[in-house]
Amino acid sequence: MDDQAAKVQVSRRDLLKGGAAVGVGVVALGGLWRPARAQTKRVVKLSFIGPLTGGTASNGLGGRNSFLLAVAERNADPKSKYRYETIVLDDECKPTVGVQAALKAGSDPEVIASVSHYCSVVAIATVDTFNKLGLPSMVWGAVLPDITYGHTHVEVSRVNGTMINQNHIAADFAVKKLGFKTFSIMHDTTDYGRGHAKYFTEGLGRVGGKILSTTGTAKDQKDYTAELTKIKAEKPEVIYFGGLTPDGVRVKVQMDKLGVKAQFQGTSGIKSDTFIETAGPSAEGVYCFVEGAPTEKLPGGKKFLEAYAKMNFREPSEAYGPFAYVATHLIIDAIEEIGPDRAKLAQKLKRTKKPDTIIGPVEFDEHGQNTVPLITTHVAQDGKWVVWEDSEYATGKRELPGLRFKRERV
Amino acid sequence: MPPLEVILQQAFNGLMLGVMYALIAVGFTLFFGVLDVIHFSHGDIFTLGAFAGLSLTFLWAAVGIGNPAVALLLTFLGALVLTGLIGVVAERACVKPLAKAPPLMTLLATLSLGLVIREAVLIFYPRGADPKPFPAMLPGGLFEIGGVVIRYENLAILAIGGAAMVLVDLIINRTRIGASMRAVAQDAEAAQMMGVNLDRTVDFTFFLGSALAAVAGILNGLYYSEIHFIMGIMGGVIGFSAAAIGGLGNVYGAILGGLLFGVLQTLAAAFIPRGSEFRDVVAFAVVMVFMVFKPTGILGEKTVERV
Repeated sequence: MDDQAAKVQVSRRDLLKGGAAVGVGVVALGGLWRPARAQTKRVVKLSFIGPLTGGTASNGLGGRNSFLLAVAERNADPKSKYRYETIVLDDECKPTVGVQAALKAGSDPEVIASVSHYCSVVAIATVDTFNKLGLPSMVWGAVLPDITYGHTHVEVSRVNGTMINQNHIAADFAVKKLGFKTFSIMHDTTDYGRGHAKYFTEGLGRVGGKILSTTGTAKDQKDYTAELTKIKAEKPEVIYFGGLTPDGVRVKVQMDKLGVKAQFQGTSGIKSDTFIETAGPSAEGVYCFVEGAPTEKLPGGKKFLEAYAKMNFREPSEAYGPFAYVATHLIIDAIEEIGPDRAKLAQKLKRTKKPDTIIGPVEFDEHGQNTVPLITTHVAQDGKWVVWEDSEYATGKRELPGLRFKRERV
Repeated sequence: MPPLEVILQQAFNGLMLGVMYALIAVGFTLFFGVLDVIHFSHGDIFTLGAFAGLSLTFLWAAVGIGNPAVALLLTFLGALVLTGLIGVVAERACVKPLAKAPPLMTLLATLSLGLVIREAVLIFYPRGADPKPFPAMLPGGLFEIGGVVIRYENLAILAIGGAAMVLVDLIINRTRIGASMRAVAQDAEAAQMMGVNLDRTVDFTFFLGSALAAVAGILNGLYYSEIHFIMGIMGGVIGFSAAAIGGLGNVYGAILGGLLFGVLQTLAAAFIPRGSEFRDVVAFAVVMVFMVFKPTGILGEKTVERV
């Protein structure tokens, strides 16, 4: 029995030794094997540039998250030929900071393309920088037409629409559909705000709306009481604001405080959850226009929102998140096809064509501009942006504040 | 010529703006008057005051204080104390250690502190990048006199701002600590020899100036119904300019400068063609004119270095 016990003990010790040796071997081999597997995929870097701080940060963060989601999806896809790494840069919605960010991204040779800019003032400022660096950049949110139509550079393309269509449709809607006749235009004095004012003025000219005044204001201005007091005396039916959310909130709230009885009409720049949350009850009945359709109504919107929710981002994707997501996928598609070569990629992206993205078919014209045919009107109803056609304002159950003021004046 | 009611309405708008500028400017002037320090993070202390006030409104709501008047009073008191104390910490961290260093060092240190405060609000306040709605805690409604719209809340804001300025005046001129502040402003060494506790006086000066910034921050939130983490950038620059126009180191000058700046900006936006685009240009051009032709400001003394 003793002999047997000793035998068993010895064999147990041997087993332990053997087990430990096998364990160490597995770990060591695993360690060797895993990098070897990783090395089979070349690393390709993509940069994201957008406003991560400042007044428009909510849109920038939504765009960034959507970009990271797209990259995570492609990295998880075993069919991907490359492993994608990301560089996220803040442009603060400021041209100089944006140019620095573009320079930083472009001077890293491993960065092959960039998903860039929500703010038009920044996007127009970096066009030449991307051209000089030879870095393909796809704009995901800025709407100033000159970003794609003001040059012949191959490096810059855009997945979202421009402000031209948006404003022509906005003018049609206000004059033909709602019957407003007199307008006071306010806009921030950046290229973005001026562009909106220009194309809305053009749109009103086509449908016969009368402009009482046009007022430019500084971006991030806090107090609009002087301008609104002046406009109040003009008694417009509509105050049109060409600018972004923080300023839009202030104009609308101060309009109400000063008792300005006019309809507030915004642009895609105010279409954010932040506008409604911050303006509170003042947001009710405000309408605006956005390229494409609401995320949940996009062809792949539901799938996108589900995937977005799984990533547990702190911030919502906001209106332009899906565009950043699609831009990232389009860039990766092209890299997978032609390889990580900046020059070839720029040529390829300039004439992108894909019938089945989550925002619907994408087709870039010769300027690298996606010809998005759809503009959607949104109205703030009970603390949410609702597509006009689905709203109680469209069915006649509710009356827009501007139409009520107009009726009361008569 | 615009109608009279429009002119009067614009003047009233300018007055509202001016009161908030004046409260910030008084802080700048106190720091400069007592310590010869330009405290460039004061604009961000103003932001901090507004955010402290907003956070406290949530706290009162959470603990069930429903009466708006009580909640408002507690908001002011809480934010005043909190922001005042942060002001003292800022002084201990960035001003006092550099007391013997060249003024440029203090300027740089306070400027950097302002950036730290701003970014901290952005990062640590939930969704700090977005503008934040500020709850309406003052009586709603409005009335019209000769076509001029006056909201009850505007009157309340003017009353609170005015009361804060009167209180500061009383503290400076009628209290022992106020006498210490005046003594340190005239000659810090002589004041110490006469038994004035320099550290305590400087601490109190920063507490008072920062608490005033908190009042300005909360009034800003109540007036515009919204606050934003970048509000202190322009608020600080304008507050400092207003103090300079009025005469750095002179409290009444700061009040006058603040009101003048507010009215100037408003009138420029209202009555100059395309004035809205140039409101800041006009207002800051006036600052430049003052700096060139009367560097001591409206009520400043003959030298710019002392109260």
